[in-house]
Amino acid sequence: MDLKRAGNQTVVFDNPPVILASYSVVGPKEGQGPLGKTFSKVWMDQLNGAKSWEVAESNMLQEAMQGAIDQAGIAKDQIDYMLSGDLLNQIISSNFAARQMALPFIGLYGACSTMALGLALGSMLIDGGFARNVLVGASSHHDTAERQFRAPTEQGTQRAMSAQWTVTGAGSVILGRRGEGPRISSATIGRVIDYAEKDVNNMGSAMAPAVADTILNHFHDLQRQATDYDLIASGDLGAVGLVLATEVLKQSSIDMKTVFTDCGVMVFDPSQDVHSGASGCGCSAVVFAGNIMRRIKVGELKRVMLVGSGALHSPTSALQGESIPGIGHAVVIDA
Amino acid sequence: MDNQSLRKPTLAVSPENYKILAQQYTPKPTIVKNVIRAFAVGGIICAIGQVIINFFVSIGLTRVEASTAATATMIFLGALLTGLGIYDEIGKFGGAGSIVPVTGFSNSIVSPAMEFRREGYVLGVGAKLFTVAGPVLVYGIATSIVVGVIYFLIH
Repeated sequence: MDLKRAGNQTVVFDNPPVILASYSVVGPKEGQGPLGKTFSKVWMDQLNGAKSWEVAESNMLQEAMQGAIDQAGIAKDQIDYMLSGDLLNQIISSNFAARQMALPFIGLYGACSTMALGLALGSMLIDGGFARNVLVGASSHHDTAERQFRAPTEQGTQRAMSAQWTVTGAGSVILGRRGEGPRISSATIGRVIDYAEKDVNNMGSAMAPAVADTILNHFHDLQRQATDYDLIASGDLGAVGLVLATEVLKQSSIDMKTVFTDCGVMVFDPSQDVHSGASGCGCSAVVFAGNIMRRIKVGELKRVMLVGSGALHSPTSALQGESIPGIGHAVVIDA
Repeated sequence: MDNQSLRKPTLAVSPENYKILAQQYTPKPTIVKNVIRAFAVGGIICAIGQVIINFFVSIGLTRVEASTAATATMIFLGALLTGLGIYDEIGKFGGAGSIVPVTGFSNSIVSPAMEFRREGYVLGVGAKLFTVAGPVLVYGIATSIVVGVIYFLIH
Protein backbone atom coordinates (compact mmCIF):
# COMPACT_ATOMS: atom_id res chain seq x y z
CA MET A 1 0.00 0.00 0.00
CA ASP A 2 1.23 3.45 -0.91
CA LEU A 3 1.90 5.92 1.83
CA LYS A 4 -0.72 8.66 2.03
CA ARG A 5 1.86 11.26 2.88
CA ALA A 6 2.95 14.49 1.24
CA GLY A 7 6.16 16.21 2.21
CA ASN A 8 7.22 16.42 5.81
CA GLN A 9 4.11 16.56 7.93
CA THR A 10 1.00 16.26 5.80
CA VAL A 11 -1.30 13.31 5.13
CA VAL A 12 -3.64 13.31 2.14
CA PHE A 13 -6.67 11.05 2.39
CA ASP A 14 -7.47 8.63 -0.45
CA ASN A 15 -11.09 8.44 0.61
CA PRO A 16 -11.68 11.75 2.34
CA PRO A 17 -13.95 11.25 5.38
CA VAL A 18 -17.32 13.01 5.30
CA ILE A 19 -18.48 15.38 8.02
CA LEU A 20 -21.94 13.90 8.59
CA ALA A 21 -23.05 16.22 11.37
CA SER A 22 -21.86 18.97 13.68
CA TYR A 23 -23.36 20.29 16.91
CA SER A 24 -22.35 23.06 19.28
CA VAL A 25 -23.48 24.04 22.78
CA VAL A 26 -22.29 27.24 24.48
CA GLY A 27 -22.73 29.28 27.65
CA PRO A 28 -24.69 32.55 27.94
CA LYS A 29 -21.76 34.95 27.29
CA GLU A 30 -20.85 33.14 24.07
CA GLY A 31 -24.54 33.13 23.09
CA GLN A 32 -24.59 36.93 23.40
CA GLY A 33 -21.53 37.26 21.15
CA PRO A 34 -21.51 37.95 17.41
CA LEU A 35 -21.73 34.21 16.59
CA GLY A 36 -24.62 33.61 19.03
CA LYS A 37 -27.10 32.56 16.34
CA THR A 38 -24.73 30.05 14.73
CA PHE A 39 -24.60 27.71 17.74
CA SER A 40 -26.97 24.76 17.99
CA LYS A 41 -27.82 25.50 21.61
CA VAL A 42 -27.16 28.25 24.16
CA TRP A 43 -27.34 27.55 27.89
CA MET A 44 -29.05 30.09 30.13
CA ASP A 45 -26.36 29.91 32.83
CA GLN A 46 -22.95 28.40 33.52
CA LEU A 47 -24.25 25.39 35.51
CA ASN A 48 -27.47 24.43 33.71
CA GLY A 49 -28.66 22.59 36.83
CA ALA A 50 -25.42 20.69 37.53
CA LYS A 51 -23.91 20.63 41.02
CA SER A 52 -20.48 21.83 39.91
CA TRP A 53 -18.90 23.53 36.93
CA GLU A 54 -16.92 20.38 36.16
CA VAL A 55 -20.11 18.31 35.94
CA ALA A 56 -21.67 21.07 33.84
CA GLU A 57 -18.77 20.96 31.35
CA SER A 58 -19.05 17.20 30.99
CA ASN A 59 -22.84 17.46 30.55
CA MET A 60 -22.31 20.11 27.90
CA LEU A 61 -19.94 17.83 25.99
CA GLN A 62 -22.43 14.95 26.17
CA GLU A 63 -25.19 17.22 24.93
CA ALA A 64 -23.07 18.29 21.95
CA MET A 65 -22.19 14.67 21.15
CA GLN A 66 -25.76 13.44 21.44
CA GLY A 67 -26.86 16.37 19.28
CA ALA A 68 -24.37 15.41 16.58
CA ILE A 69 -25.40 11.75 16.67
CA ASP A 70 -29.09 12.65 16.37
CA GLN A 71 -28.36 15.04 13.52
CA ALA A 72 -26.27 12.46 11.62
CA GLY A 73 -29.18 10.04 11.84
CA ILE A 74 -26.95 7.06 12.51
CA ALA A 75 -27.25 4.46 15.26
CA LYS A 76 -24.76 4.70 18.09
CA ASP A 77 -23.44 1.20 17.44
CA GLN A 78 -22.28 2.34 14.01
CA ILE A 79 -19.80 4.66 15.69
CA ASP A 80 -16.52 2.84 16.21
CA TYR A 81 -14.55 5.43 18.19
CA MET A 82 -15.10 8.47 20.32
CA LEU A 83 -12.19 10.95 20.25
CA SER A 84 -12.37 13.74 22.74
CA GLY A 85 -10.37 16.05 24.99
CA ASP A 86 -10.58 19.09 27.24
CA LEU A 87 -8.42 21.30 29.45
CA LEU A 88 -9.02 19.80 32.87
CA ASN A 89 -6.54 17.59 34.72
CA GLN A 90 -6.75 14.00 33.44
CA ILE A 91 -9.29 15.25 30.81
CA ILE A 92 -12.18 14.48 33.19
CA SER A 93 -14.85 16.23 31.14
CA SER A 94 -14.19 13.84 28.26
CA ASN A 95 -13.68 10.78 30.47
CA PHE A 96 -16.99 11.34 32.23
CA ALA A 97 -18.79 12.05 28.96
CA ALA A 98 -17.26 8.84 27.55
CA ARG A 99 -18.64 6.90 30.53
CA GLN A 100 -22.13 7.96 29.45
CA MET A 101 -21.58 7.53 25.71
CA ALA A 102 -20.31 3.96 26.23
CA LEU A 103 -18.26 3.98 23.00
CA PRO A 104 -14.66 2.83 22.49
CA PHE A 105 -12.88 5.93 23.69
CA ILE A 106 -9.56 7.57 22.79
CA GLY A 107 -8.82 10.49 25.10
CA LEU A 108 -6.83 13.35 23.61
CA TYR A 109 -4.90 16.23 25.07
CA GLY A 110 -3.88 18.96 22.69
CA ALA A 111 -4.98 21.88 24.86
CA CYS A 112 -6.97 24.26 22.65
CA SER A 113 -5.88 22.39 19.49
CA THR A 114 -7.89 19.31 20.53
CA MET A 115 -10.74 19.68 18.02
CA ALA A 116 -8.37 19.88 15.04
CA LEU A 117 -6.28 17.04 16.45
CA GLY A 118 -9.42 14.90 16.86
CA LEU A 119 -10.57 15.66 13.30
CA ALA A 120 -7.12 14.72 11.93
CA LEU A 121 -6.89 11.46 13.89
CA GLY A 122 -10.52 10.56 13.24
CA SER A 123 -9.95 11.02 9.51
CA MET A 124 -6.86 8.80 9.67
CA LEU A 125 -8.86 6.09 11.44
CA ILE A 126 -11.56 6.21 8.79
CA ASP A 127 -9.34 6.48 5.73
CA GLY A 128 -7.08 3.79 7.17
CA GLY A 129 -10.04 1.44 7.28
CA PHE A 130 -10.15 1.20 11.06
CA ALA A 131 -13.53 2.80 11.56
CA ARG A 132 -16.86 3.36 9.83
CA ASN A 133 -17.87 6.44 11.80
CA VAL A 134 -15.99 8.45 14.42
CA LEU A 135 -17.38 10.82 17.00
CA VAL A 136 -15.07 13.79 17.68
CA GLY A 137 -15.57 16.32 20.45
CA ALA A 138 -13.90 18.92 22.63
CA SER A 139 -15.04 21.13 25.47
CA SER A 140 -13.97 23.90 27.81
CA HIS A 141 -15.71 25.86 30.55
CA HIS A 142 -14.71 29.33 31.66
CA ASP A 143 -15.05 28.66 35.38
CA THR A 144 -13.40 25.21 35.47
CA ALA A 145 -10.44 26.62 33.53
CA GLU A 146 -10.18 29.73 35.71
CA ARG A 147 -9.98 27.76 38.93
CA GLN A 148 -7.48 25.25 37.52
CA PHE A 149 -5.18 27.65 35.68
CA ARG A 150 -5.69 31.03 37.34
CA ALA A 151 -7.55 32.33 40.38
CA PRO A 152 -10.86 31.80 42.19
CA THR A 153 -13.60 33.32 40.05
CA GLU A 154 -14.84 35.72 42.76
CA GLN A 155 -11.40 37.13 43.47
CA GLY A 156 -11.14 40.77 42.44
CA THR A 157 -8.21 40.95 40.02
CA GLN A 158 -7.43 42.70 36.77
CA ARG A 159 -6.67 40.63 33.69
CA ALA A 160 -3.77 41.49 31.38
CA MET A 161 -4.63 43.17 28.08
CA SER A 162 -3.10 40.20 26.22
CA ALA A 163 -5.11 37.62 28.23
CA GLN A 164 -7.83 35.56 26.60
CA TRP A 165 -11.22 34.47 27.93
CA THR A 166 -11.84 30.71 28.08
CA VAL A 167 -14.99 29.82 26.16
CA THR A 168 -17.75 27.87 27.87
CA GLY A 169 -18.66 25.56 25.03
CA ALA A 170 -18.59 22.09 23.57
CA GLY A 171 -18.49 21.14 19.93
CA SER A 172 -18.92 17.75 18.32
CA VAL A 173 -18.60 16.36 14.83
CA ILE A 174 -19.40 12.96 13.28
CA LEU A 175 -17.00 11.76 10.62
CA GLY A 176 -18.09 8.98 8.32
CA ARG A 177 -16.68 6.73 5.63
CA ARG A 178 -19.72 7.16 3.43
CA GLY A 179 -22.37 9.81 3.01
CA GLU A 180 -22.95 13.31 1.76
CA GLY A 181 -21.32 16.44 3.07
CA PRO A 182 -18.08 18.37 3.27
CA ARG A 183 -14.95 16.19 3.37
CA ILE A 184 -11.66 16.33 5.21
CA SER A 185 -9.11 16.09 2.42
CA SER A 186 -5.80 16.47 4.25
CA ALA A 187 -4.27 17.07 7.65
CA THR A 188 -0.97 18.43 8.92
CA ILE A 189 0.10 17.35 12.38
CA GLY A 190 2.15 20.07 14.02
CA ARG A 191 5.47 20.08 15.79
CA VAL A 192 5.90 21.50 19.26
CA ILE A 193 7.45 24.93 18.82
CA ASP A 194 8.69 26.99 21.73
CA TYR A 195 9.98 30.52 21.19
CA ALA A 196 10.51 31.06 24.92
CA GLU A 197 7.33 32.98 25.76
CA LYS A 198 6.85 32.60 29.53
CA ASP A 199 3.87 34.86 30.12
CA VAL A 200 0.79 32.70 30.83
CA ASN A 201 -1.29 35.82 30.20
CA ASN A 202 -0.02 35.96 26.64
CA MET A 203 -0.74 32.52 25.22
CA GLY A 204 -1.44 33.93 21.77
CA SER A 205 2.21 34.95 21.60
CA ALA A 206 3.28 31.49 22.83
CA MET A 207 1.22 29.65 20.18
CA ALA A 208 1.68 31.93 17.16
CA PRO A 209 5.03 30.43 16.00
CA ALA A 210 3.60 26.89 16.22
CA VAL A 211 0.61 27.86 14.06
CA ALA A 212 2.90 29.63 11.61
CA ASP A 213 5.19 26.59 11.46
CA THR A 214 2.28 24.26 10.69
CA ILE A 215 0.88 26.57 7.99
CA LEU A 216 4.36 26.97 6.47
CA ASN A 217 4.87 23.22 6.33
CA HIS A 218 1.34 22.56 5.08
CA PHE A 219 1.82 24.99 2.18
CA HIS A 220 5.22 23.50 1.41
CA ASP A 221 4.02 19.90 1.62
CA LEU A 222 1.04 20.46 -0.72
CA GLN A 223 2.66 23.24 -2.82
CA ARG A 224 -0.18 25.56 -1.96
CA GLN A 225 -0.61 29.17 -0.88
CA ALA A 226 -3.13 31.20 1.11
CA THR A 227 -5.24 32.01 -1.94
CA ASP A 228 -5.99 28.30 -2.41
CA TYR A 229 -8.26 28.65 0.63
CA ASP A 230 -11.44 30.63 1.23
CA LEU A 231 -10.74 30.68 4.94
CA ILE A 232 -7.82 29.78 7.17
CA ALA A 233 -8.95 29.88 10.78
CA SER A 234 -6.56 29.37 13.65
CA GLY A 235 -8.13 28.39 16.91
CA ASP A 236 -7.36 30.24 19.17
CA LEU A 237 -4.56 32.73 18.93
CA GLY A 238 -6.62 35.75 19.91
CA ALA A 239 -5.97 39.22 18.54
CA VAL A 240 -2.33 39.39 19.68
CA GLY A 241 -1.39 35.92 18.42
CA LEU A 242 -3.15 36.40 15.06
CA VAL A 243 -1.10 39.50 14.28
CA LEU A 244 2.10 37.76 15.43
CA ALA A 245 1.46 34.62 13.34
CA THR A 246 0.72 36.76 10.27
CA GLU A 247 3.94 38.72 10.83
CA VAL A 248 6.06 35.60 11.39
CA LEU A 249 4.68 34.04 8.18
CA LYS A 250 5.38 37.25 6.28
CA GLN A 251 9.04 37.01 7.35
CA SER A 252 9.05 33.50 5.83
CA SER A 253 7.73 35.02 2.57
CA ILE A 254 4.17 33.79 3.06
CA ASP A 255 1.42 36.33 2.47
CA MET A 256 -1.79 35.31 4.22
CA LYS A 257 -3.81 37.87 2.17
CA THR A 258 -7.26 38.36 3.69
CA VAL A 259 -8.20 34.73 4.32
CA PHE A 260 -6.52 34.38 7.72
CA THR A 261 -8.65 34.77 10.82
CA ASP A 262 -8.90 33.29 14.29
CA CYS A 263 -11.72 31.51 16.12
CA GLY A 264 -10.71 33.34 19.32
CA VAL A 265 -11.23 36.69 17.63
CA MET A 266 -14.64 35.68 16.21
CA VAL A 267 -16.46 34.49 19.36
CA PHE A 268 -16.74 37.71 21.36
CA ASP A 269 -17.39 41.34 20.58
CA PRO A 270 -14.79 43.81 21.93
CA SER A 271 -17.56 45.30 24.09
CA GLN A 272 -17.72 42.00 26.01
CA ASP A 273 -14.45 42.95 27.75
CA VAL A 274 -12.47 39.80 26.93
CA HIS A 275 -9.28 41.65 26.03
CA SER A 276 -7.31 39.60 23.42
CA GLY A 277 -10.24 37.29 22.54
CA ALA A 278 -11.45 33.79 23.33
CA SER A 279 -9.57 30.57 24.08
CA GLY A 280 -10.16 27.02 25.30
CA CYS A 281 -10.76 23.68 23.57
CA GLY A 282 -14.40 24.70 23.21
CA CYS A 283 -13.50 27.85 21.27
CA SER A 284 -12.35 26.34 17.97
CA ALA A 285 -14.76 23.42 18.51
CA VAL A 286 -17.90 25.55 18.61
CA VAL A 287 -16.74 28.02 15.96
CA PHE A 288 -15.98 25.12 13.61
CA ALA A 289 -19.10 23.09 14.43
CA GLY A 290 -21.25 26.24 14.32
CA ASN A 291 -20.18 29.17 12.19
CA ILE A 292 -17.67 27.52 9.81
CA MET A 293 -19.75 24.41 9.06
CA ARG A 294 -22.79 26.58 8.34
CA ARG A 295 -20.81 28.74 5.93
CA ILE A 296 -19.49 25.63 4.15
CA LYS A 297 -22.99 24.18 3.85
CA VAL A 298 -24.50 27.30 2.29
CA GLY A 299 -21.68 27.36 -0.25
CA GLU A 300 -19.96 30.51 1.04
CA LEU A 301 -16.74 28.60 1.74
CA LYS A 302 -15.37 25.94 -0.61
CA ARG A 303 -12.10 25.12 1.08
CA VAL A 304 -11.26 25.81 4.70
CA MET A 305 -8.20 25.14 6.82
CA LEU A 306 -8.72 24.89 10.57
CA VAL A 307 -5.46 25.20 12.50
CA GLY A 308 -6.08 24.27 16.12
CA SER A 309 -3.51 25.86 18.39
CA GLY A 310 -2.55 24.63 21.82
CA ALA A 311 -0.45 26.01 24.67
CA LEU A 312 1.08 22.90 26.21
CA HIS A 313 2.04 24.18 29.64
CA SER A 314 0.63 23.48 33.08
CA PRO A 315 0.27 25.74 36.14
CA THR A 316 3.15 23.79 37.71
CA SER A 317 5.52 24.22 34.75
CA ALA A 318 4.68 27.93 34.59
CA LEU A 319 5.44 28.41 38.31
CA GLN A 320 8.74 26.58 37.83
CA GLY A 321 9.72 29.15 35.23
CA GLU A 322 9.40 26.95 32.13
CA SER A 323 8.38 28.60 28.87
CA ILE A 324 5.14 27.68 27.09
CA PRO A 325 5.47 25.10 24.29
CA GLY A 326 2.97 25.67 21.50
CA ILE A 327 1.45 23.35 18.91
CA GLY A 328 -0.72 23.72 15.82
CA HIS A 329 -2.63 20.99 13.98
CA ALA A 330 -4.26 21.68 10.62
CA VAL A 331 -7.14 19.97 8.85
CA VAL A 332 -8.46 20.94 5.42
CA ILE A 333 -12.18 20.73 4.69
CA ASP A 334 -13.37 20.70 1.07
CA ALA A 335 -17.05 21.43 0.44
CA MET B 1 2.41 12.01 -4.14
CA ASP B 2 4.37 14.91 -5.52
CA ASN B 3 6.83 16.83 -3.41
CA GLN B 4 8.52 14.19 -1.33
CA SER B 5 11.29 16.57 -0.33
CA LEU B 6 12.06 16.27 3.32
CA ARG B 7 12.68 18.96 5.92
CA LYS B 8 13.68 22.57 5.44
CA PRO B 9 10.51 24.61 5.98
CA THR B 10 11.48 26.23 9.22
CA LEU B 11 10.34 29.69 10.22
CA ALA B 12 12.68 32.45 9.16
CA VAL B 13 12.28 34.36 12.41
CA SER B 14 14.79 33.59 15.16
CA PRO B 15 13.68 33.27 18.79
CA GLU B 16 15.54 36.49 19.60
CA ASN B 17 13.78 38.43 16.86
CA TYR B 18 10.47 36.86 17.84
CA LYS B 19 10.85 38.17 21.35
CA ILE B 20 11.21 41.71 20.01
CA LEU B 21 8.24 41.15 17.70
CA ALA B 22 6.09 39.79 20.53
CA GLN B 23 6.88 42.76 22.76
CA GLN B 24 6.02 45.10 19.94
CA TYR B 25 2.57 43.58 19.33
CA THR B 26 1.55 42.81 22.91
CA PRO B 27 -0.69 45.58 24.26
CA LYS B 28 0.80 47.46 27.19
CA PRO B 29 -1.03 47.61 30.50
CA THR B 30 -3.05 50.82 30.78
CA ILE B 31 -0.93 52.11 33.67
CA VAL B 32 -2.15 55.71 33.89
CA LYS B 33 -5.81 54.69 33.82
CA ASN B 34 -5.15 51.88 36.33
CA VAL B 35 -3.30 54.18 38.74
CA ILE B 36 -6.04 56.82 38.66
CA ARG B 37 -8.76 54.22 39.23
CA ALA B 38 -6.77 52.53 42.00
CA PHE B 39 -6.28 55.90 43.70
CA ALA B 40 -10.00 56.69 43.52
CA VAL B 41 -11.27 53.25 44.59
CA GLY B 42 -8.66 52.86 47.36
CA GLY B 43 -9.46 56.37 48.57
CA ILE B 44 -13.21 55.71 48.64
CA ILE B 45 -12.74 52.45 50.58
CA CYS B 46 -10.51 54.21 53.14
CA ALA B 47 -12.95 57.12 53.42
CA ILE B 48 -15.75 54.65 54.19
CA GLY B 49 -13.46 53.12 56.83
CA GLN B 50 -12.92 56.57 58.35
CA VAL B 51 -16.69 57.25 58.46
CA ILE B 52 -17.13 53.94 60.32
CA ILE B 53 -14.33 54.81 62.79
CA ASN B 54 -15.95 58.21 63.42
CA PHE B 55 -19.29 56.50 63.99
CA PHE B 56 -17.81 54.11 66.58
CA VAL B 57 -16.03 57.02 68.33
CA SER B 58 -19.32 58.96 68.37
CA ILE B 59 -21.11 56.14 70.21
CA GLY B 60 -18.45 56.13 72.92
CA LEU B 61 -15.62 53.75 71.86
CA THR B 62 -12.03 54.81 72.37
CA ARG B 63 -9.89 55.58 69.30
CA VAL B 64 -8.17 52.15 69.46
CA GLU B 65 -11.42 50.24 70.02
CA ALA B 66 -13.09 52.14 67.18
CA SER B 67 -10.24 51.25 64.77
CA THR B 68 -10.53 47.57 65.66
CA ALA B 69 -14.30 47.60 65.29
CA ALA B 70 -14.07 49.46 61.98
CA THR B 71 -11.51 46.94 60.64
CA ALA B 72 -13.84 44.09 61.56
CA THR B 73 -16.73 45.91 59.87
CA MET B 74 -14.71 46.46 56.68
CA ILE B 75 -13.69 42.78 56.62
CA PHE B 76 -17.36 41.86 56.95
CA LEU B 77 -18.33 44.21 54.12
CA GLY B 78 -15.56 42.80 51.88
CA ALA B 79 -16.78 39.28 52.56
CA LEU B 80 -20.41 40.24 51.97
CA LEU B 81 -19.67 41.94 48.65
CA THR B 82 -17.58 38.93 47.58
CA GLY B 83 -20.45 36.59 48.41
CA LEU B 84 -22.84 38.76 46.44
CA GLY B 85 -20.50 38.61 43.43
CA ILE B 86 -19.84 42.36 43.50
CA TYR B 87 -16.28 42.58 44.83
CA ASP B 88 -14.67 40.95 41.79
CA GLU B 89 -16.28 43.66 39.65
CA ILE B 90 -14.89 46.34 41.99
CA GLY B 91 -11.50 44.61 41.77
CA LYS B 92 -11.60 44.53 37.98
CA PHE B 93 -12.21 48.28 37.98
CA GLY B 94 -10.08 49.38 40.91
CA GLY B 95 -7.13 46.96 40.77
CA ALA B 96 -4.66 47.60 43.58
CA GLY B 97 -7.06 50.16 45.04
CA SER B 98 -9.39 47.36 46.07
CA ILE B 99 -6.73 44.70 46.73
CA VAL B 100 -4.54 46.60 49.25
CA PRO B 101 -7.21 47.65 51.80
CA VAL B 102 -8.41 45.08 54.33
CA THR B 103 -11.55 44.47 52.21
CA GLY B 104 -9.24 43.03 49.55
CA PHE B 105 -7.71 40.68 52.09
CA SER B 106 -11.21 39.60 53.04
CA ASN B 107 -11.99 39.00 49.35
CA SER B 108 -8.83 36.91 48.92
CA ILE B 109 -9.97 34.53 51.68
CA VAL B 110 -13.70 34.41 50.97
CA SER B 111 -13.29 33.82 47.22
CA PRO B 112 -11.34 30.52 47.62
CA ALA B 113 -13.76 29.50 50.37
CA MET B 114 -16.65 29.88 47.91
CA GLU B 115 -14.67 28.35 45.06
CA PHE B 116 -13.59 25.17 46.81
CA ARG B 117 -16.66 24.32 48.90
CA ARG B 118 -17.67 21.72 46.29
CA GLU B 119 -14.53 19.77 47.17
CA GLY B 120 -15.71 19.47 50.78
CA TYR B 121 -15.19 21.40 54.01
CA VAL B 122 -11.90 19.77 55.03
CA LEU B 123 -9.83 19.20 51.87
CA GLY B 124 -11.73 21.84 49.89
CA VAL B 125 -12.48 24.95 51.97
CA GLY B 126 -10.06 24.05 54.81
CA ALA B 127 -7.07 23.24 52.66
CA LYS B 128 -7.58 25.87 49.97
CA LEU B 129 -8.75 28.79 52.13
CA PHE B 130 -5.35 30.49 52.13
CA THR B 131 -4.26 29.75 48.55
CA VAL B 132 -4.40 33.48 47.75
CA ALA B 133 -3.87 35.05 51.17
CA GLY B 134 -1.27 32.51 52.33
CA PRO B 135 1.79 34.31 50.92
CA VAL B 136 0.56 37.59 52.45
CA LEU B 137 0.28 35.93 55.86
CA VAL B 138 3.60 34.07 55.63
CA TYR B 139 5.65 37.09 54.62
CA GLY B 140 3.58 39.55 56.67
CA ILE B 141 4.15 37.54 59.85
CA ALA B 142 7.81 36.88 58.97
CA THR B 143 8.39 40.60 58.41
CA SER B 144 6.67 41.50 61.68
CA ILE B 145 8.97 39.10 63.56
CA VAL B 146 12.06 40.67 61.99
CA VAL B 147 10.80 44.18 62.74
CA GLY B 148 9.94 43.07 66.30
CA VAL B 149 13.47 41.76 66.88
CA ILE B 150 15.01 44.99 65.52
CA TYR B 151 12.68 47.05 67.75
CA PHE B 152 13.67 44.89 70.78
CA LEU B 153 17.42 45.40 70.08
CA ILE B 154 17.13 49.15 69.59
CA HIS B 155 15.26 49.65 72.87
